[in-house]
Amino acid sequence: MNRSVATPWLLVAPGALLFTGLVLVPLVLTVVLSFLAYDHTTGIQDEWTVAHYVHVLTDGYYLAIFWRTLRLAALTTLICALIGAPEAYILSRMGKPWRSIFLLVIIGPLLVSVVVRAFGWSMLLGSTGLVNAALQAIGLGPVRLLYTETAIVIALVHVMLPFMVIPVWTALQKLDPMVEAAAWTLGASRFTALRRVVMPQVAMGLLSGSLIVFGLSASAFAIPGLLGGRRLKMAATLVYDEYMHELNWPLGAAIAILVLVANLVIMLAYNRAVEARARRTLG
Amino acid sequence: MGFLTLEGVSKVYGGVPVVRDVNLAVAKGEFVSLLGPSGCGKTTTLQMIAGLVEPSGGRIRLDGRDITQEKPNRRGLGIVFQSYALFPHMTVAENVSFGLEMRNVPRAERDKRVAEMLGLVHLADMADRYPRQLSGGQRQRVAIARALVITPPVLLLDEPLSNLDAKLREEMQFELRRIQRRVGTTTIMVTHDQAEALSISDRVVVMEGGRMTQIDAPYRLYEQPATPFISTFVGKMNRIAGVWRDGTVTVGNAILESAPADIAPGTAVTALIRPEKLRLCRPGEGRLAGQVASRFFLGGHWLLTVATEAGEIMVSVPNTGEEPAREGEPVGIDWTPATLRVETASEVAA
Amino acid sequence: MQKNGPIALLFHALVVGFVLAPLVVICLVAFTPENTLTMPTTEFSLRWFRAVFEHPDFVTAFGNSLWLATIAASLSVAIAVPAGLAIDRYRFPGRDALNGLFLSPLIIPHLVLGVAFLRLFALIGATGSFLWLTLSHVIIVTPYVLRLVLAALSGLDRSAEQAALTLGASRFTVFRRVTVPMILPGISGGWLIAFINSFDELTMSIFVTSPATVTLPVRMYMYATESIDPMMAAVSALMIALTAVAMVVLDRVFGLDKILVGEK
Repeated sequence: MNRSVATPWLLVAPGALLFTGLVLVPLVLTVVLSFLAYDHTTGIQDEWTVAHYVHVLTDGYYLAIFWRTLRLAALTTLICALIGAPEAYILSRMGKPWRSIFLLVIIGPLLVSVVVRAFGWSMLLGSTGLVNAALQAIGLGPVRLLYTETAIVIALVHVMLPFMVIPVWTALQKLDPMVEAAAWTLGASRFTALRRVVMPQVAMGLLSGSLIVFGLSASAFAIPGLLGGRRLKMAATLVYDEYMHELNWPLGAAIAILVLVANLVIMLAYNRAVEARARRTLG
Repeated sequence: MGFLTLEGVSKVYGGVPVVRDVNLAVAKGEFVSLLGPSGCGKTTTLQMIAGLVEPSGGRIRLDGRDITQEKPNRRGLGIVFQSYALFPHMTVAENVSFGLEMRNVPRAERDKRVAEMLGLVHLADMADRYPRQLSGGQRQRVAIARALVITPPVLLLDEPLSNLDAKLREEMQFELRRIQRRVGTTTIMVTHDQAEALSISDRVVVMEGGRMTQIDAPYRLYEQPATPFISTFVGKMNRIAGVWRDGTVTVGNAILESAPADIAPGTAVTALIRPEKLRLCRPGEGRLAGQVASRFFLGGHWLLTVATEAGEIMVSVPNTGEEPAREGEPVGIDWTPATLRVETASEVAA
Repeated sequence: MQKNGPIALLFHALVVGFVLAPLVVICLVAFTPENTLTMPTTEFSLRWFRAVFEHPDFVTAFGNSLWLATIAASLSVAIAVPAGLAIDRYRFPGRDALNGLFLSPLIIPHLVLGVAFLRLFALIGATGSFLWLTLSHVIIVTPYVLRLVLAALSGLDRSAEQAALTLGASRFTVFRRVTVPMILPGISGGWLIAFINSFDELTMSIFVTSPATVTLPVRMYMYATESIDPMMAAVSALMIALTAVAMVVLDRVFGLDKILVGEK
């Protein structure tokens, strides 16, 4: 049809301008910033340096925080998978009204501010909180929970669970419900049917959920901020402190760029895995 | 000179010709069907008439005016889409009224014409419903009303009945024809259903591989198919390969008597005869002997396959209340020689 | 449909309990008459809700967030609808790259975006500007709107547009009278999701808000790190209530599972 060649360009122009100006430009500026020297008395210098990266990647203080970030993110991902996948499966087997009601219950909290949810956990896990009261009642307490890694992981799992349930649920929806029954009629036990027929088909959903959970956990801010306290820092709270308290922006920028690069590497690896799988199933 | 004419119209998509050199003249008030299998170019032809697809070559004229380059919203043609393409967010009345609004018809006049049109398609009491509240047949009639209310010079129907179930489809065929007769609009319908094309059209255009291969009245199309494809696509046809000898078709030892034809003896030919032109008779009688290989009961008639010396032959036996021969029983087959047509190999190639 | 066994149902009950526990606790503690974060035992009190509305910081921050989310969601719709149309309907050089650029905020951690915006705003002297804060939120929420708009467009029956065209409508009339109403569920669902995401955003905003433009989540975060009293619970309970209302509306109108989980 006779449409002007310029039409699509005019349609995307506002978005393209805004996203170039507010995504590409700031990111480039931040990369540049992370290579600028910093002086505690005079601030950001006009000299190039890789000192911040070297510093961050060699100093034990930062490495400990990175290691904690990776460890807690991995632990959160594992627990989310162990809870989220079976829960998605159970949801998918529920009857008509309950299925949508409980799906809402599980994924609805996504819409509640993460600050609110973190605050809820800080009340539950505090020294006079409900969890400690319960532990004391059965003679196990009081236990220090707040401002521990345990508290961070519990709250992270709570916040990330919907991101695991959604992709697994989506994968299960694409599954022909009769496929599992077909495996039974062929003599497979319920467990075998689950393992040999259902699991392989939701594996991609599980993988994509795991990557989202890992990525978001590793860059989480509010949860470690409110439940880890001053001492237990993770990558995001570290960057925040470098910017707002130490005022060493270039160092903070270097850490932020490292977080970004780690995230992109994970996403790329995921895309590779998806493509490899697509090739296998097609070819 | 036709009311709507296509002159050498063609369409090429990415180097692949989809419609090739199509010539057609449709008279005013005529109902013409474009018939063919999927991918034969019939829908593309319709879309070129509608202006939704730009032809790669040729001209389209409406009432003598060249409309080849005209925008679809200026042509003023009425179109009924396969999916009906009703506006889901508008009521039935609003759907029908849309085209009149675009023509700035005053409100009162619009309401009057919408009401008339809904009456014509028997949907007067559905005016305030939304498309999702209607059945398939009702949606279809809304689509027809919407296309006709603007009194288009030509009505284009793209597989209008293909989304309906078999029973409804048959009803709507008659309904469609009734409406078209009533308003007298020149109509072009695209269909892949030969029964549909034969039952409601004045003329049928068969398309194969982007070309129009036969344009004829339904009866002539059925009785004198121009190509081997048409002979089997439209209705059922026995095609028996043989040799022309002594004014008959010879297949091995079998002799098939045919209508007289001017063919050189010894030429390879194909004998064509429809199953319903054959009569079953007692063994030993008729022109050809055989044995029933299979038998299907189809309600109004039986369809038998008879193994003969000339190969397997389909015979249609009307259901007169008497059961015809069973599988395995010997039978004879008879026919009137004038109903057996002969095609030479050169015709096949054409 | 196969049934879940008792073990599965017990597991499910535990998960639901885990998911709801912190929200329920907040809503209960918000009604305490005490000065500490304790469950109300003998009576329910509204004193902490009253305290919230007498606390100018929270009221201002709530107002800021409301404006911010409304404007950011509307702007992102204004950007995402035409961009979605171009990406869905046209093949042009740079189309895939632009699509990737528009969706990129989904894979860039908000922390990184916050740091990046802070640097840009510092260089152009825009720190503390409400306009630039709004634009930064537009970046964060546009991908959600675009995804829903693209889903709506790809599910659209194009022949309805062709029908309108053949009935004499101009291209613009077709867009206004047929295309927009047909993708309206996608657009308004996208607007709501954008609104909620903008309203809840903390990690990026904490870098680019100033005392004058502080948003509710940032205000709450600051408050929670400094002092812990039941007022925080009251604010949180109000936010939970607001979210619940939004959720019910979203679910009634569009089906929440469709928006959050994506079209099947």
